[in-house]
Amino acid sequence: MLHTDAHITVGEMLRRHGISRRGFIKFCTATASAMALPPEMGVAMADQLRGAVRPSVIYLSFQECTGCLESLTRSFAPTIESLIFNVISLDYDDTLMAAAGGAAESARDKAMHDNFGKYVLVVDGSVPTGAGGGYCMAGGRSAEDILREAAKGAAAIVCVGTCAAFGGIPFADPNPTQAWPVTAIVGDKPIINVSGCPPIPEVITGTLLQFVTTGKVPDLDEHLRPKVFFGNTIHDRCYRRPFYDQGKFAKTFDDEGARNGWCLYELGCKGPTTYNACATIKWNGGTSFPIESGHGCLGCSEPGFWDQGSFYAAQSAAAWGKAGEAVPRKVMEVAAAAVVTGGALGVGSAGVSRMRQRRSEQDAIDRKSDGG
Amino acid sequence: MDLLSFARGPALKVALTIFCLGVVWRIVGFALLRIRLDRSPARASVPKFLAGGLLTIGTRSWPHPEFIARTGAGEAIGYSYHMGLFVIVLLFGPHIAFLGSLFGFTWPGLPSSLITVISVLTVTLFLAVLFRRVTNPVIRMLSNFDDYFSWFITMAVMATGIAATAHLGGPYQTLLAHHILSVDVLLVWFPFGKLMHAFYIFPSRAINGAILARKGATS
Repeated sequence: MLHTDAHITVGEMLRRHGISRRGFIKFCTATASAMALPPEMGVAMADQLRGAVRPSVIYLSFQECTGCLESLTRSFAPTIESLIFNVISLDYDDTLMAAAGGAAESARDKAMHDNFGKYVLVVDGSVPTGAGGGYCMAGGRSAEDILREAAKGAAAIVCVGTCAAFGGIPFADPNPTQAWPVTAIVGDKPIINVSGCPPIPEVITGTLLQFVTTGKVPDLDEHLRPKVFFGNTIHDRCYRRPFYDQGKFAKTFDDEGARNGWCLYELGCKGPTTYNACATIKWNGGTSFPIESGHGCLGCSEPGFWDQGSFYAAQSAAAWGKAGEAVPRKVMEVAAAAVVTGGALGVGSAGVSRMRQRRSEQDAIDRKSDGG
Repeated sequence: MDLLSFARGPALKVALTIFCLGVVWRIVGFALLRIRLDRSPARASVPKFLAGGLLTIGTRSWPHPEFIARTGAGEAIGYSYHMGLFVIVLLFGPHIAFLGSLFGFTWPGLPSSLITVISVLTVTLFLAVLFRRVTNPVIRMLSNFDDYFSWFITMAVMATGIAATAHLGGPYQTLLAHHILSVDVLLVWFPFGKLMHAFYIFPSRAINGAILARKGATS
């Protein structure tokens, strides 16, 4: 555990670490800017945080790959990101904490007891319910059991990563562990989804900081994601967007279009339907993001992203069957069946029409022979 | 399953199945109809009336000189929006990607901004033909639900397509889902409404021309 003294103020903690007020204000201003808040909010945020007792944060890891935590801890500005761990009192994180076994569980129980109704619960990973919860257990208890207990005293729950937010890869078809997102288990607490596989570190820290600073849940979209980070699609902010507008598309990953940095839409980029801040905040301290590295967006911050067909099929392409299955062959099968059936119906309807034609002609002949 | 996945997945599959089935059904049903025997002697040899049929495809596709003052504008508008539709459907990048996913091959397209301009012009022409249909008493009298619905669903495809391309009126995935759903509806309606003229127009002109040529008339 980084710090266990929950009663020390943020200001005191910063002083102990030699971080100046100026440096802290710079950090808060940058964070406020990232959240599209006015610049003066940075100073207000800094002042409020300095005098505040560090809010307790309990970080639960369930069915996940630890990529989200890796993202958070490997942010480009480690001093400033370690600051986040000083601003909050991270009382439980079984991956980061030094304690293990009963000591770790005791730390979590104590934090939950001491801060009941006030702590922020961060959940990383989906919650498997199959086999009586046996696919993910800690300290002899199932993930679902731990989550339900921890959620009771939480002021809010922040779901970090697509697994916690939407089920992610464990939730993907056929979902062998019967995994669920947190929203399917907990329904009576404010929930903030910070999706992504993994999420951008600054988005995680920014969301946490906004909540602990204001005590309010930020404006959320229909998937409970902070609008400030998930308000635009990757496509909206993509530097390759002009090529989309010009109709210049890379056809393969090594053609002239790809070398010229043209739009990756036809190579399956999910940017147009993916809401995230990759194109603006970017990764590794603003160095780049996947599209800038030549690969289309996978849409990892969207619900069900793993089950949306091939990563390399264009958004406008037909989505039949599972990823990797050849659509043209399926089309031929469907078309062949439809042609055979349609042909049979055509022959039948033509037969009926011919009978009617004959009857009509015979009636005309009969009318004539009757003296018409 | 979200709306977009539904639109380009199961809904598209059902729509394409109905489209293929319906088109083949109607073409086969039409082709196997008995042509009433003309008992009068033929005024032209078989090669000549077949040639007359082929010739009629061309002559009926161009305004008759005698009526050009009355029909020229309507035909110009008709040709223009049909060409616009062909360009949009076949030469827009995302459409090529869609067709490529169905048929397994692609081809070069036009710049998206040019397609947008063509789309807006085509929509304008579409509005013009509707205006003509409702203001001209004869055409209005001849019009039925089929005409209006065929116009409506084609217009819906165009409008939702422009909205999706320009990102107007909502999230892209919703706009794209609406666009693909409108295409799905169009595909289902196609074989059973007047949109089927796409398949009938040239054979029917050829048959009329051949029948007339057999009688010694030109058309």
